[in-house]
Amino acid sequence: MKTHNNFDARYEFVGKAKTYSLIAIVIGLVAIAGGFAFGQTERTFANLLIMAYYFAAVCMCGIFFCAVQYAAQAGWSASMIRIPQAFGKVLPWAAGILILVVFAGLSITHHITNEEGKEVVAPYLYKIWGAAGVTDPHSENYNAVIAGKSGYMNKVFFLIRLVVFLGSYCIFGRLLAKYSEMEDDLGGMFYYKKSFNMSCLFLVIFGFTTPIYAFDTIMSLEAEWFSTMFGWYNFAAMWVSGLSVITLTLLRLKKIGYFEWVTEDHIHSLTKFIFGFSIFWTYVWFAQFLLIYYANLPEETVYFFKRWEPEFKPWFWINIVVNFLTPLLVLMSRDSKRVYGTVQVMCIILIIGHWLDYFMMVMPGTTGPTSSWLTEIGPIEIGTLIGFAGLFTFLAMTALSKAKSLAPKKHPFLQESLHLHI
Amino acid sequence: MSSTKYILGVFDDPDEMMHGIDKLQKNSVPIYDVYTPMPIHGIEAKLNVKDSRLGYAAFMFGCLGGSIMFTMVYYMLVHDWPINIGGKNFFAIPDFVPVTFEWTILWTSFGMTFTFFFATHLFPGRTPRVMDLRATDDKFVIAIDAKGNIPHDDITNLLKEAGATEVKHNTRKYVSYE
Repeated sequence: MKTHNNFDARYEFVGKAKTYSLIAIVIGLVAIAGGFAFGQTERTFANLLIMAYYFAAVCMCGIFFCAVQYAAQAGWSASMIRIPQAFGKVLPWAAGILILVVFAGLSITHHITNEEGKEVVAPYLYKIWGAAGVTDPHSENYNAVIAGKSGYMNKVFFLIRLVVFLGSYCIFGRLLAKYSEMEDDLGGMFYYKKSFNMSCLFLVIFGFTTPIYAFDTIMSLEAEWFSTMFGWYNFAAMWVSGLSVITLTLLRLKKIGYFEWVTEDHIHSLTKFIFGFSIFWTYVWFAQFLLIYYANLPEETVYFFKRWEPEFKPWFWINIVVNFLTPLLVLMSRDSKRVYGTVQVMCIILIIGHWLDYFMMVMPGTTGPTSSWLTEIGPIEIGTLIGFAGLFTFLAMTALSKAKSLAPKKHPFLQESLHLHI
Repeated sequence: MSSTKYILGVFDDPDEMMHGIDKLQKNSVPIYDVYTPMPIHGIEAKLNVKDSRLGYAAFMFGCLGGSIMFTMVYYMLVHDWPINIGGKNFFAIPDFVPVTFEWTILWTSFGMTFTFFFATHLFPGRTPRVMDLRATDDKFVIAIDAKGNIPHDDITNLLKEAGATEVKHNTRKYVSYE
């Protein structure tokens, strides 16, 4: 083990990474513009929602990761904590985009024929509870179920909740990053203790609000259906995909010569997290499915009925195979968690796998089945995914390059992290 | 012929014990085993201890438990006594998953525990095999098989030089069988 590391080296965001991320952003913009131009407005909105939600989830995962490490007083992660911190710093951007997409999707309306065959004026997103007249007893579009939920599910309160939740996460992300940078200048335990307190507070707030956030943003696309498991299911998806992005970023940066103090022991720890929470994701996914399957109540099974249409059924199964069987079989043994190549491939598979997971949450309830299962994922889907991947890379790496050092030099657990051995 | 069976170097400090291991290895004295009250990083690599195969045992027990339970549920609910539950197929696989999952975990944990007991000769009610009782308390002990390792005085000196507070020449392997 090297005993002297140069922690003052700053990350420079230049070269191929920057070029490719900018190209990806352009591809994304073209795909989105193309989607709007060729009459695929609802599909493009649904894709924007998927990716804005995914983007925000990964950034939130960065904050959550930092908070868990501080609250648990974990030492092993101290030397790579700058990466999740950088993700957290990008959350304001992600939150802004998500709020913009949701607001535009709710405000811009079109004429559609709803499931009961009536002509309604509905927004592009949240068409069930956002449609005109659903809460008005005199309207022919009156929907008693939605009207009963309207005290909670109305546009103003909905947007207020979204802004408040995302805003509070942004503040905590900013504070944790700021404390860590000030700790670099001053040292001592003062900022560590502050970070600990803030992390505990954040975890309480986050734990209670993420299920509601998931109910609002995704579950209300199919507003007549509900599942209390949905919040934890989304939390699991966020945590697995975020951890995969953190690990992939770390591995890529290590490959080009940064983070030379990060060893296979750190990667092993991160991969254990990915493995464990992939199983947790499956557990929640299956728990939600089994309860609905077992009870067999029509108002609940409609959710899976839509996902079992021939246009979605292959993706439904691919989702569970990719996100459960691959990590289970590939990452189970200790050795495979310590091989950088294997871990990197698994991270990419899981990042795409959880995109498919979000796709399966959003698409059947918005655009619904189109023509065949293969064309369900087309240029708009792939283009938007690439675009947001580029945007995320660009913003997160820019945030990382602004950090004064790549390791928190005066973090009280830094030495413990550098000597991690498992 | 000396009646010494095992030579134990008792150390107060783990670093000195690690130094003792180095010294013995440099002098080609084979080490039988090392006993410490807490885990010490890097000691496995130093002693060339092979990776534990407990994980493979756990995997096999898990597969066994899962298969047995799935077969059992299949026999009971599909073959022997089909019950109509909510109009489902008799062979409703999702319903079988939780109990199969539980048995996989149960057999994994029990299998691992019993494999560990078997490998370490630990069974409830049986006296454990201990070469030095204080190795579970505050002493760090290097054990050397006395057979073939002569002269014993050289080993004693090596351990003393490395910082051993006490060197025991035990005539019995395990002191716990009183």
